[in-house]
Amino acid sequence: MDLSAINPVLLVASLMVAATPILLAGIGELVVEKSGVLNLGVEGMMITGAICGFAVTVETGSPALGFVAAAVGGALLSLLFAVLTQVALANQVASGLALTLFGLGLSALMGQGYVGIKPPSTPKLDIPVLSDLPVVGRILFGHDLVLYLGIALVAAVWATLKYTRAGLILRAVGENHDAAHALGYKVIRIRTLAILFGGACAGLGGAYISLVRVPQWTEGMTAGVGWIALALVVFASWKPWRVLLGAYLFGGVTVVQLNLQAAGVAIPVEYLAMSPYLVTILVLVILSADKSRAPASLGRSFHAAH
Amino acid sequence: MIVLDKRPQPSRAWSMATPVVAVLATMLFGGLLFAALGKNPVEAIRTIFWDPLFGEFAFYYRPQLLVKGAPLVLIAIGLSLGFRAGIWNIGAEGQYIIGALMGAGVGLALYPLEAWYVFPLMVIGGALGGWVWAMIPAVLKVRFGTNEILVSLMLVYVAEQLLASMSLGLMKNPEGFGFPGSRNLQQYESAYNAELIAGSGMHWGVVAALIAVIFAYVLLNRHMLGFHIRLTGEAPRAAKFAGVRPARLILFCLGASGALAGLAGLFEVSGPAGVVSIDFNVGYGFTAIIVAFLGRLHPVGILLAGGLMALTYIGGEIAQSNLGLPAAAIQVFQGMLLFFLLALDLLTNYRVRAAWSEVA
Amino acid sequence: MKLTKLLATGAVALGLATGAWAQDKTKVGFVYVGPVGDGGWTYEHDKGRQAVEKEFGDKVETVFVESVPEGPDAERVMTQMALDGADLIFTTSFGYMDPTINVAKKFPDVKFEHATGYKTAPNVSVYSARFYEGRAVQGHIAGKMTESNIVGYIGSYPIPEVVRGINSAFIHARKANPDVQFKIVWAYTWFDPAKEADAAKVLIEQGADVILQHTDSTAPQAAAQDAGNVITFGQASDMSEYKPKPRVSSIIDNWAPYYIARTQAVMDGTWESTSTWDGIREGMVEIGEITDAVPADVKEEAVALMNSIANGEYHPFTGPLKKQDGSDWLAEGETADDGTLAGMNFYVEGLEGEIPQ
Repeated sequence: MDLSAINPVLLVASLMVAATPILLAGIGELVVEKSGVLNLGVEGMMITGAICGFAVTVETGSPALGFVAAAVGGALLSLLFAVLTQVALANQVASGLALTLFGLGLSALMGQGYVGIKPPSTPKLDIPVLSDLPVVGRILFGHDLVLYLGIALVAAVWATLKYTRAGLILRAVGENHDAAHALGYKVIRIRTLAILFGGACAGLGGAYISLVRVPQWTEGMTAGVGWIALALVVFASWKPWRVLLGAYLFGGVTVVQLNLQAAGVAIPVEYLAMSPYLVTILVLVILSADKSRAPASLGRSFHAAH
Repeated sequence: MIVLDKRPQPSRAWSMATPVVAVLATMLFGGLLFAALGKNPVEAIRTIFWDPLFGEFAFYYRPQLLVKGAPLVLIAIGLSLGFRAGIWNIGAEGQYIIGALMGAGVGLALYPLEAWYVFPLMVIGGALGGWVWAMIPAVLKVRFGTNEILVSLMLVYVAEQLLASMSLGLMKNPEGFGFPGSRNLQQYESAYNAELIAGSGMHWGVVAALIAVIFAYVLLNRHMLGFHIRLTGEAPRAAKFAGVRPARLILFCLGASGALAGLAGLFEVSGPAGVVSIDFNVGYGFTAIIVAFLGRLHPVGILLAGGLMALTYIGGEIAQSNLGLPAAAIQVFQGMLLFFLLALDLLTNYRVRAAWSEVA
Repeated sequence: MKLTKLLATGAVALGLATGAWAQDKTKVGFVYVGPVGDGGWTYEHDKGRQAVEKEFGDKVETVFVESVPEGPDAERVMTQMALDGADLIFTTSFGYMDPTINVAKKFPDVKFEHATGYKTAPNVSVYSARFYEGRAVQGHIAGKMTESNIVGYIGSYPIPEVVRGINSAFIHARKANPDVQFKIVWAYTWFDPAKEADAAKVLIEQGADVILQHTDSTAPQAAAQDAGNVITFGQASDMSEYKPKPRVSSIIDNWAPYYIARTQAVMDGTWESTSTWDGIREGMVEIGEITDAVPADVKEEAVALMNSIANGEYHPFTGPLKKQDGSDWLAEGETADDGTLAGMNFYVEGLEGEIPQ
């Protein structure tokens, strides 16, 4: 065992990278759920974003365009969910699961020509002086732009929900859609926009995996992170900054357990691999003392009776 | 513009007709997809829907529908009880795994004892395993108000790691030359969940699924507890006045769905699968959620939905092998089918009409 | 209009399918555990299938089903292929072992080939590749090229196949460099590129400048490229997109020669149940191009090692070797028998840590 082999600075830096996909998808899903909609199709939207981003980046050579395409792809897929649940009033849990199935299949079909290709690399921020600072340089100024975008999105969502009229309306729709409707707000339109935003964020998260974190295209490569992103929102009890905290915790536990293994700590690996989930449950139990609760209309269909 | 009016009562005619319409719509759009992939659409659709039921080798596929559908139905029935009451067990996959581990564990511990009581003990072990795993989110919810969706989902991943650990360690076949995976229970007569009639596909899991359907039907329609479940889901406030105790309901619904999922795991591991291996679970617990909703949380509906899902799986495999369709195309096709089934459900509950001018 | 036309074409196709063609063709089925687009294990098996098609052209028809879960689903897919007239079926995952045996019992006239298992029957052969031979070559290059003397190794699950690879690589790395240490990380998954990326990064952060992997994604290659002075080896496929560095060589699973030979045997009526465990010599294990990032003398030694394995002069597990606990395993000049190798569940002397149980 050699714990001194673990470099805390590098650990934090790689933890931030590991956390970004679930952070992006999680903050999007938070907005969706705040509007009173539960979309379990995050995994499907992420993998669709992963292939859209990958394909466009390979074809155009521009990672920036790729990320835009990923957001568009994720949003388009989520539009399907919006039509199902908002227009056709279908059950949200089942529609979300169906969306995941559909997204996994669709992405695999789209990606058939992209196996075994290396995408152009996404540039990293490189600010002279700042990026070279000891400790903070690597942690704060040594990443790619999308990682900062994720953090910025958290701040933006937080500010919007808390301080703006749009945020107020969104929350009102999520808490009581009948009352919001009575006040003259277009419940379905607002929810559809929220769903599209969630889809775009999930798409970005997926593309972060296929373009930055791995980077390659393989069928099913998101390997279940969409579910973790869903868990993250509940874990964060629908508070934006807690999504950030949770993402770093989830990403962190995995990176730490791999670090401990590499340092030769003799703990059974399968129990280490379980630890992120057990820790989540534990934190959840502790947090449930705090009575912040889900949006009251979460998962319920809205139909305006005249 | 088009206006939806809620029907006072769900339309019986449409509730019968929508599945048929949905399947036809899927055939049309799926056919377009297959044509776009350069395959003959008619042949593909026929292969998926017709061949398993009435094709040349239907004698083999029909029993396989039972084998594939039984775990889906068994799990979905349990889930539907909770879903009706607004209790969300998303972790049936984990309960399925633990049920299989506990049940197989009992069998492997008794090996090579040949006795009539080995299999019943395994069944109890399986149900108990699933029940215990579901009791974790149930007790946490009752005691601390912890969200059961999240806890049950997290426990799926914990269960998967336990499964890997067991197949590599404790339950590894001592005569398996160090390879992962347990002894094959199919070769241990007292523990083998064999077909009751050879070639029929009927094993104890199928029987259990049918019993569960009947049991759930009676419970929901004839029993006070079933009434409480429905009331809690439809009118939580009224349920409070009716004297429903939420804690007991949570424990019952999660416990029942866990036990049924555990049973499904046990019947699978002791029968069709045979071995505890790293990749023993194939997603029945998640697919069953879809089945439960496709069946509109109604026992008979679930039975039919389970059969339909099983059909697309089996037909999809035949289409892959005979027509060279990629597995992904089958997944997209299944997704479409679900979309249409869900979307057209609208017609059951709402009347669609065109409104020309301003409606009051 | 359109529908009737569709129905008409359908009827034609139907008539064709049940018609005379496909009668004298040899039909070969493949059951895959992953998607053909996984870029690794299944991808290479499918390349083998394509090679069979290319070799025999019209005389053969191949069918495959991808992403088949182990267990009853696999059994059904195999049965379905046999019912539909397959003459030869390759089942390409360890977990298909019992299903293969079960189905083979029901179809005595159909030949089955199961990859990486150990159960045979009159109509079931088993085949696998001696990947550890390739690991020996990798180990040598790793030992010579590491400057930090730390080699990182990403394992999937602690099964004999993986443990054997670790031992083989370690023995030869130590021979090349007595100071070398292995850091081993178990991912506990067959497939999760993001986790592989994390594992590779962790190993690099802890000082490893060579990464060996027993997982199939290119995630570790990308992590190594990012880090700069780290080398890697392609796994399962060549991963040539990361040439010449970080990927300096690779182990390629080349199933094509075997698949062609077995198909030929079925056509000739000479097929027999066999246990095949082929390596570099037979071409089942291929060493991908050693790039110029490797110094010429090291490359020469690596090629020499490869050749000595290929012509049978040298066995990668040749004594004197001790087990991790210091007990004797192989005496001077003794080579490991296949039985021990197949079920290998111990580390050799010098490796640190324990195999998770």
